Amino acid sequence: MNVAVCVKQIPDPAAPPALDPVTKNLVRTGKLILDDSDSYGVEMALQLAEAAGGGEVTVISMAPGGETSGLRTALAMGAAKAILVSDDALAGSDALATAKVLAAAVRRSGADLVLAATESTDGYTGTTPVQVAELLGLPSVTFAKKVTVDGSSVRVERQTEAGYDEVTCPLPALVTVTAGVVEPRYPSFKGIMAAKSKPLEQLTVADLGIDAGEVGAAGARQVVVDVAAAEARASGEIVVDEGDAHERIVQMLDQLKVI
Amino acid sequence: MGVDKIWVLVERADGKVPPAALELLTRARDLATTVEAVAWGPDVAAVAAELGAYGAAAVLDAGDPGDALVGAPVAGAIAAAVALGNGPDAVLIAATYDGRDIAGRLSARLDRPVITNVVGLEADGDGLLSEHGIFGGTQVATARFTGAGPALFVVRPKSFSAEPGGGSEGAPQVRPLPSGDLGSTNTAAIVAHHAEERTGPKLDEADVVVSGGRGLGSADAYAMIDELAKLLGGAPGASRAIVDAGWVPYAYQVGQTGKTVKPTVYLACGISGATQHMVGMKNAKNIIAVNKDQDAPIFTVADLGIVGDVHKVLPKLIEALKARS
Ligand SMILES: Cc1cc2nc3c(=O)[nH]c(=O)nc-3n(C[C@H](O)[C@H](O)[C@H](O)COP(=O)(O)OP(=O)(O)OC[C@H]3O[C@@H](n4cnc5c(N)ncnc54)[C@H](O)[C@@H]3O)c2cc1C
Repeated sequence: MNVAVCVKQIPDPAAPPALDPVTKNLVRTGKLILDDSDSYGVEMALQLAEAAGGGEVTVISMAPGGETSGLRTALAMGAAKAILVSDDALAGSDALATAKVLAAAVRRSGADLVLAATESTDGYTGTTPVQVAELLGLPSVTFAKKVTVDGSSVRVERQTEAGYDEVTCPLPALVTVTAGVVEPRYPSFKGIMAAKSKPLEQLTVADLGIDAGEVGAAGARQVVVDVAAAEARASGEIVVDEGDAHERIVQMLDQLKVI
Repeated sequence: MGVDKIWVLVERADGKVPPAALELLTRARDLATTVEAVAWGPDVAAVAAELGAYGAAAVLDAGDPGDALVGAPVAGAIAAAVALGNGPDAVLIAATYDGRDIAGRLSARLDRPVITNVVGLEADGDGLLSEHGIFGGTQVATARFTGAGPALFVVRPKSFSAEPGGGSEGAPQVRPLPSGDLGSTNTAAIVAHHAEERTGPKLDEADVVVSGGRGLGSADAYAMIDELAKLLGGAPGASRAIVDAGWVPYAYQVGQTGKTVKPTVYLACGISGATQHMVGMKNAKNIIAVNKDQDAPIFTVADLGIVGDVHKVLPKLIEALKARS
């Protein structure tokens, strides 16, 4: 069974985020890393391929400037190969344009199962994976907290408001995984060395047969007209506990008439 | 005034209309000449009168998906109407699991972008402006669609208040919204439901929410949170850190990928106040935080911040509350 994992390479979330003052796009400078949310998908894919008795895991990413460091991390974890789509024409792409690019790359990978995170850490629009599924004509199961593959179908425990649902779906299919679906491994030294010689295919939008006018800023059909700081909450009273701070809490609950 | 027609998606739970749908109907009334509700599942007609009371001029029945996940069939029904020229100018979708599935599929089917994390909507000439929280809600971006409609908005619950109004006499008409060809996209099926047991008020409806985080130190210490919630007639909640650690079920999670809560009192115990947590609770009317680190970000939103150890403060708080009851 071949598994494709869509992964995002993002600026280190520990560094404060910024918007370009003119284009209002997220500024992505400096080295990008594998989105932590995607390490679960990579790990899940490796475990599923292994449980199925073979097959390849391909990681797929769209990123500016030929960025590969996040993909190398996934290769070091054990993925067999990587596809990077990098093209100046993609700058400013909205989620749907991103989905078109990823869908075209997934099609090339010939995967039976496509995995992605429920949402990225930096953008968290949270719609791209399902858009990919629709563009590929695949069924999808989102918010998986457990995934198993049984021959030609996938079985998922899907989070719900009340708990979870057991969902089955024939392959090929797309599944989005939540953090905690599996414990991601750390790349070993051997893995890191091996990753250096694993195949990494770099493609442009033209290679994928996509019209450059459909993606990037040229194809975006939504504009950000303003960005402002959210209304800040006035910070309140701070009490350092000296053994009786609970009394102040009781007093406040009393005032608010909740007790 | 805004647009001509808005469709509001109504995702029912156990047959009941959730507050999120009523919030969207309420807001839509001020933004469009005509508001219609789109519902699915068994017996849509049963909720028509209630939807009408919140301003729905008609209820469109997208059919009963049975055991299928709803993303593909509901998106298919809406897309089919749009293809026939019967679509709306905008579709409002609550940010739930199924809502996000429908939004993603609809966007790809219609080849229209979708704006997510919406926390505000305003009329702008003959279009709409959406406000959405970015960077964990610390900044608000205002966005506008530039292409042809329908504009698709995924709105966070509790962004608007729900008030009846704008309705006509009696229940609005229920009209079928037939689905187009779904191909193999509609093959994911639910084989079993599992509900996590919970007593007391629902997390997103409770007047008091007591949440615990990693600062509790262990799963066992969560018993203090449960007990406090019970004493205050509230609901226990959690940060994602302890949900991921398996201390409590996912249904307890507050934040960007969990529930949005707006209680009278939110009591955060051993929670640092990551932006992704705060986006789900910073609109609580009153926030009390207990954290041993005086620089914890949660204190920037707290009306009352206790710099202290949860293992010292909470047992005394529990005793004091017990003594009163
Ligand atoms: C895409 C994405 C989505 C996310 N969605 C969510 C979400 O929906 N909800 C959410 O909550 N998080 C979410 N997160 C995670 C979030 O970034 C934080 O990691 C998480 O909220 C931290 O949980 P915490 O505050 O319990 O733990 P920590 O950040 O580890 O904080 C623990 C706190 O406890 C304090 N403490 C320690 N010991 C004690 C003691 N004895 N007494 C008192 N205080 C003590 C510490 O000072 C510290 O401030 C998301 C992250 C990502 C990347």
